[in-house]
Amino acid sequence: MNDAVLRIQNLNKRFGALHATKDVSFNVMPGEIHALIGPNGAGKSTLIAQIAGTLPPDSGTLWLDGQTLDDLSVAARARQGLGRSFQVSSLAESLSVRRNVMMAVQALQGTSFRFWTPVNSDTSLREPAEAVLEQMALSHRADTQVAELSHGERRQVEVACALALKPKVLLLDEPMAGLGPEGTAKLTTLLETLKHQVPILLIEHDMDAVFRLADRISVLVAGEVIAHGTSETIRNDPNVREAYLGDDHA
Amino acid sequence: MTQSHTLTATGLARTTRFRLDREGWISLSLLLILVVGATVAYLAGERFFVNLASRMVIIALAGVGLNLALGFGGMVSFGHAAYFGLGGYVAGIGAFHAFDMTPALGIPFLPNGSDQMIPLWLTAIALCGLLAYGIGRLSLGTSGVYFIMITLAFAQMIYYFAISWPTYGGEDGLPIYIRNQLWGLNTNNSLVFFFLCFGLLVLALSFCHRLLGSRFGAALTMARLNPIRLATSGVEPRPIKLMAFVISGMITGLAGALFADLNGFVGTSMLDWHRSGEIMVIVILGGVGRLYGPVAGAMLFVAMEFWLGGLTEYWQFFLGLVLLAVVLFARGGVFGLLAGRSRHE
Ligand SMILES: Nc1ncnc2c1ncn2[C@@H]1O[C@H](COP(=O)(O)OP(=O)(O)OP(=O)(O)O)[C@@H](O)[C@H]1O
Ligand SMILES: [Mg+2]
Repeated sequence: MNDAVLRIQNLNKRFGALHATKDVSFNVMPGEIHALIGPNGAGKSTLIAQIAGTLPPDSGTLWLDGQTLDDLSVAARARQGLGRSFQVSSLAESLSVRRNVMMAVQALQGTSFRFWTPVNSDTSLREPAEAVLEQMALSHRADTQVAELSHGERRQVEVACALALKPKVLLLDEPMAGLGPEGTAKLTTLLETLKHQVPILLIEHDMDAVFRLADRISVLVAGEVIAHGTSETIRNDPNVREAYLGDDHA
Repeated sequence: MTQSHTLTATGLARTTRFRLDREGWISLSLLLILVVGATVAYLAGERFFVNLASRMVIIALAGVGLNLALGFGGMVSFGHAAYFGLGGYVAGIGAFHAFDMTPALGIPFLPNGSDQMIPLWLTAIALCGLLAYGIGRLSLGTSGVYFIMITLAFAQMIYYFAISWPTYGGEDGLPIYIRNQLWGLNTNNSLVFFFLCFGLLVLALSFCHRLLGSRFGAALTMARLNPIRLATSGVEPRPIKLMAFVISGMITGLAGALFADLNGFVGTSMLDWHRSGEIMVIVILGGVGRLYGPVAGAMLFVAMEFWLGGLTEYWQFFLGLVLLAVVLFARGGVFGLLAGRSRHE
């Protein structure tokens, strides 16, 4: 248990009467894709927000690589190695794809208080950014403004930004949404190779992708983890079938 | 990164796209108009018009400072008169004690006042930096209207402080009998003084150009466009914005020191909230977030103040109309109208 990359323990969050995160505990191990599934409104994004630090939990503790994250800001968590993509993409729309990714490279190098050298011609920023874009098969879009991208492409740019941070763990909130079958297939292949580089906490509604990718699955329903286990166990768990797989998903 | 700041010799030479050329040429033209205008006026013996050009340059410099916070950092400061006025008072108080041969602020152990521009400028820049640091620290926790109100409130505090401090004239202000000096230059000569101010404006513009293209500039741009993205990338937005706010206050403070020397007078009108509004107006008029916008804005503002102000005392009504037209029809301000929309990379 101690070598978990990300450990979440007894996390709680209430929005008024709504218990959006109910005593959630689980972990993400090195080399794995841990999928978090659950119906709409189950509290998946809320959980990611608490891990990333954009939303403070009411109680509970988080560890990344054995170090607690609890008092750290969003930026400090990112520097500690939390890479994140948003369900609703959050990029600088008027900047090019490359410039968005370069920001993460710059942060990784810890050098935002340099006032003189132009970034445009700075190969120490451009090259790592371009390498990540190539990995994400986005090289041809490097000079495109984010505003001109499709929803699917934006998700991919977010993953690229997260990867550029060389994170210890990746939190991906529905990266396949809006990609279409071809894009989904490509991203699935990519994540499969990626997990050896960085463990992934994957939120996804596309069950084919989840069952193909996930080493372990946690099922969240109404803020509560109702089941943990391998793809096999989850697929056959009667509670899960009733609460989730049975109704709104094929 | 916006590419609205393309003016430097190499920048112009390297620019290949027509749009950028045009933007560069317009920026250059604005500066040339100022230089030629001031020189011709001087040769024609029209000292008044030389000083009018100096006024444009100084107000442009104040705007360049505010634009760094407002246009490039997205921090709508309604209190930049605080820095403008503080810079002015540094020039005035320095000259006052130099004239009296008493220590600065009348505090023994402090060095005597100075009538040398360089130490006065440096003092103004340092004090305005400190003040902006304090105000920025306390204000940057808020945003939107709250930020506007809190920066205004701090500036008003300083305004009332100046009014109630009789040593330096209080409400009556403080005359500068002899314009401060710079090495062997004859700063009393209107054209010499113009070129001093102009040189500092070009310096500030080049500095901002460089700054905005740097890593810091990239972070500042991201802090304005999407602070959550910046934080998610691992950079704290607050310190980045604070630094920009401090530099912004420093530049506006330097403009204040020049303004006091131009007028031979510093008074609380330099700290007044009208002044904050005026600096903001020239930034908006010129084009928010366009590096040379404040230059265009200041030229237009001072020209209108002079000609319309000569025709009618309600000239500010017409200024309001122009401002309304700019906000409604030309979001990029006058500069945007001339040079087209700003391009992003
Ligand atoms: N800031 C907030 N204030 C109040 N309620 C919130 C807030 N954020 C989320 N909620 C509520 O918490 C619940 C969980 O929302 P969340 O976005 O985490 O669901 P989700 O599992 O990500 O759903 P989806 O699959 O649709 O993305 C929802 O009922 C939502 O309305
Ligand atoms: Mg969600």
